[in-house]
Amino acid sequence: MAAERVKKLMQGNEACAEGALYAGCEFYAGYPITPSTEIGEILSYKLPLIGGKFIQMEDEIGGMAATIGGSLAGKKSLTATSGPGLSLKQECIGFAAMAEVPCVIINVMRGGPSTGYPTGPSQSDIMATKWGTHGDTPVIAVTPSYVPEIFTETVRAFNLAEKYRTPVFVLFDEIIGHMREVVTIPHPGELEVIDRAKTDVENKEDYLPYDNRFEIPPLAPFGEGYRYHVTGLNHDEDGFPTNDSKKIDAGNRKILAKIENNKEDIWSCEEVDTEDAEVLVFAFGSSARSASFAVREARKQGIKAGLLRPLTIWPFPDEPLRKAASKAKVVIVPELNLGQTVLEVERTLPGVKVEGLHRVDGEPITPAEILEVIDKYK
Amino acid sequence: MAEGAAVKKKQKVNVPFDYDKYLRKGKLPHIWCPGCGHGIVLKSLLRAIDKVGLDKSSICMASGIGCSSRTPGYVDFNTLHSLHGRAIAFATGVKLAKPEMNILVTIGDGDALAIGGNHFIHACRRNIDMTVIIYSNAIYGMTGGQVSPTTPEGAMSTTSPHGNMEPAFDACAVAEASGASFVARSTAYHMQELEKVLTAAIEHKGMSVVEVLDSCPVYYGRQNKYKSASHMMEEIEKKGTVSGAQAKNLSEEEIGDRFVRGILKQDKDGVEYCDAYDNLIAKVQVKK
Ligand SMILES: Cc1ncc(C[n+]2csc(CCOP(=O)(O)OP(=O)(O)O)c2C)c(N)n1
Ligand code: SF4
Repeated sequence: MAAERVKKLMQGNEACAEGALYAGCEFYAGYPITPSTEIGEILSYKLPLIGGKFIQMEDEIGGMAATIGGSLAGKKSLTATSGPGLSLKQECIGFAAMAEVPCVIINVMRGGPSTGYPTGPSQSDIMATKWGTHGDTPVIAVTPSYVPEIFTETVRAFNLAEKYRTPVFVLFDEIIGHMREVVTIPHPGELEVIDRAKTDVENKEDYLPYDNRFEIPPLAPFGEGYRYHVTGLNHDEDGFPTNDSKKIDAGNRKILAKIENNKEDIWSCEEVDTEDAEVLVFAFGSSARSASFAVREARKQGIKAGLLRPLTIWPFPDEPLRKAASKAKVVIVPELNLGQTVLEVERTLPGVKVEGLHRVDGEPITPAEILEVIDKYK
Repeated sequence: MAEGAAVKKKQKVNVPFDYDKYLRKGKLPHIWCPGCGHGIVLKSLLRAIDKVGLDKSSICMASGIGCSSRTPGYVDFNTLHSLHGRAIAFATGVKLAKPEMNILVTIGDGDALAIGGNHFIHACRRNIDMTVIIYSNAIYGMTGGQVSPTTPEGAMSTTSPHGNMEPAFDACAVAEASGASFVARSTAYHMQELEKVLTAAIEHKGMSVVEVLDSCPVYYGRQNKYKSASHMMEEIEKKGTVSGAQAKNLSEEEIGDRFVRGILKQDKDGVEYCDAYDNLIAKVQVKK
C-alpha cells in the first residue's frame, strides 16, 4: 500500500517553496521583500539539503540575472519578489523571454504604486506582469486562489516554463501568501513534472539554440560541449545577432506565437455554475475566494449566478470567458486594483455589460460586496 | 648555408599563435573601429586561455552591453551577451549552478563600474571564482563617447562638454577594498605583460579582476585631441602608467597620477564562494 501522503498546515509562501522543490527546482536567486520573503528564507534552508543552491543577491536585478544564469547552466531556476522588486526585474525578464530561457518568477502582490502598502494584499500587478518590460514580450502568468493551489500552480509554472522555454509568473497576493491552509503533498510522480527537452543533434557543432525546425527548440545547458551564443539582441537561429529585417520580424513573432498557438494547453480555469449563468463573476486569486461565496449565496437566492476563475491570467483566457459568458447579462470583475483585468474582460466581450468592483485600501473584497453587485442584476 | 643550420634557424622562429582555434571565424570581421584597443585585449586573453589550457567547452564568457561586451560573440565558448551592467550577476548564476565551469567576464568600464557597480562590488566580496576583465577606455564607446566613471577629471566627452567635473573611480582600488582576492592592472600597450597578468588571473581561484587600460581613439581620442590611436597609447597607456617594479622605488609624489601596473593583490588563502557552498552542503547533509 502506498504510504500516506504528508498533510501539513502551511502558509501560502511555504506551499510555493514546497511546490518549487516538487517541480525539481535546484536554484534560487533573489532579494528579500515583503510579503514574499518567506519563499527565499525557506529555500535558503531547504535547497542545500538536496544539493541545490540559494543565493541572496545584492538586489532584484541581480536576483533575476542570476536566476537566468542558473537556468542556462541547466538548473530549474526560481526567483520570488513583490511589487517594487518586480519593477526592478523587468529588464532581465525581457531578456529571458527574448533569449528563451525558462525560469519562474513568483510575485506575491502587495499594494502599490511605489513602496505602497507592503503588508496589505493587492492584485495591482496584472498589467505590470504583461506589459512591464519593454517590447512585445510573451507572458505566461498563473493565479492560484488557495494555499494547496499555490503548491500545484507553482509546479505547473515550472512545467510551462520548461515546456515553452519562457519565463512564467506565479501571481498571488499577501492574503494567500500568508494564510495557512492544509496542503497534502503529492507523492513523487503523482503530479506531472516536465523536464527540459534534450537536443538530439548528433554532432554538437550542429546544435542551433533557436533551431527554426522547432516551434520550441530544445535548450542545451552550458558546459556540455554545445558552445552556442545567447544574446538579448534580435538573433538568428544560431543565437548570433542579426540585422536582417526578415529575421528580426520572424524572431519577434515566433516568441509570441509559441504562446498564442498553445493557449489551450496553457489555460486553466475553474467554472462554477456557468452553464446558465446570467450574472457571471470573473475573479482570480484571493478575490475569487470571496466571489465563490457570493455566487453560492446568490444561487440560494435564486439568482442565476456563476463564477469563472482563471488559473491562467496570461495569456488572457478570452475563449473560456466568451464561452462562460454566453448567457450572461452582466460580467462582474472584482479585483484589488483600480481596473486592470476588467479592461481585458471588456475587450473580450464587446456589447456585454461589464462591471468592475475595485478596492485599493489594503483590505480584501468581501463576499457581501460582491453579492451586493450581483443583487443589482437579479 | 648548410642544411642543418637552416633547420636550426627555423626552429628558433616562434610558431605563430593559432588564434583560429578559439575564434568563430564566421562571425568576423568584428565591429571594433580601427585603432580600438579591444582587439588587443582579446588577443592577449586568448593566449592566456591557451597557456592555462582551459577546455573551450568549460568556459562561459559573459558580457554586458558595450563595444567591449561584443567580445563573446567572436569566441568559440559558451557565450552570454547579457544586459548592460548585469554580466557579473548572470555569470554568478552560471557559476553557482555549475561550479566546474570557468567564468570569464569581458566588460567595459561603464558596464563594470557605473550601471553594474553593485554587482561588481558584491561579486568581489563573495570571492566567487571568475575572472572579470575590464576594458577600461575611460569612455562609453558604444553609445558614442559619453563620460564614464573612469573618465579623468577635466576630460572632454559628449556629456562633459565643459570638461569632466567628477573625480574618477580607481577600479582596482574598488576591487581590492571589496574583497576580490586577485587584482591586477595592465594595458593594451603592454601586450606581453597583459598576457602574463591574465594568465595569472585565470589560474587564480577566487574573484580575479584585471583592469586593462585601453583606448577608444574614435570617441575619447578625438574629443581629447590625441593625434592618433598610437599617440593615445603612448600617452595614456605607456607614459600614464608605471610597472609594479618601478613603483616600488618611487614615492607617491613621484608616481603622481600615473596608474601602477602588474599584480596588485593576490591572496591565495581566501575561501572561494562555490567551495564554501559545497562545504555548507556537506555539513547540512550530514546533519540531516
Ligand atoms: C539599461 C541600459 N542603459 C543604457 C544602455 C546604453 N548603453 C549601451 S553600451 C553603454 C556604455 C558602454 O560603455 P562601456 O561599458 O564603458 O563599454 P565600451 O563601449 O566603452 O566598450 C550604454 C550606456 C543600455 N544598453 N542599457
Ligand atoms: S567606439 Fe571606441 S570603444 Fe567602440 S569600437 Fe570604436 S574605438 Fe573601440
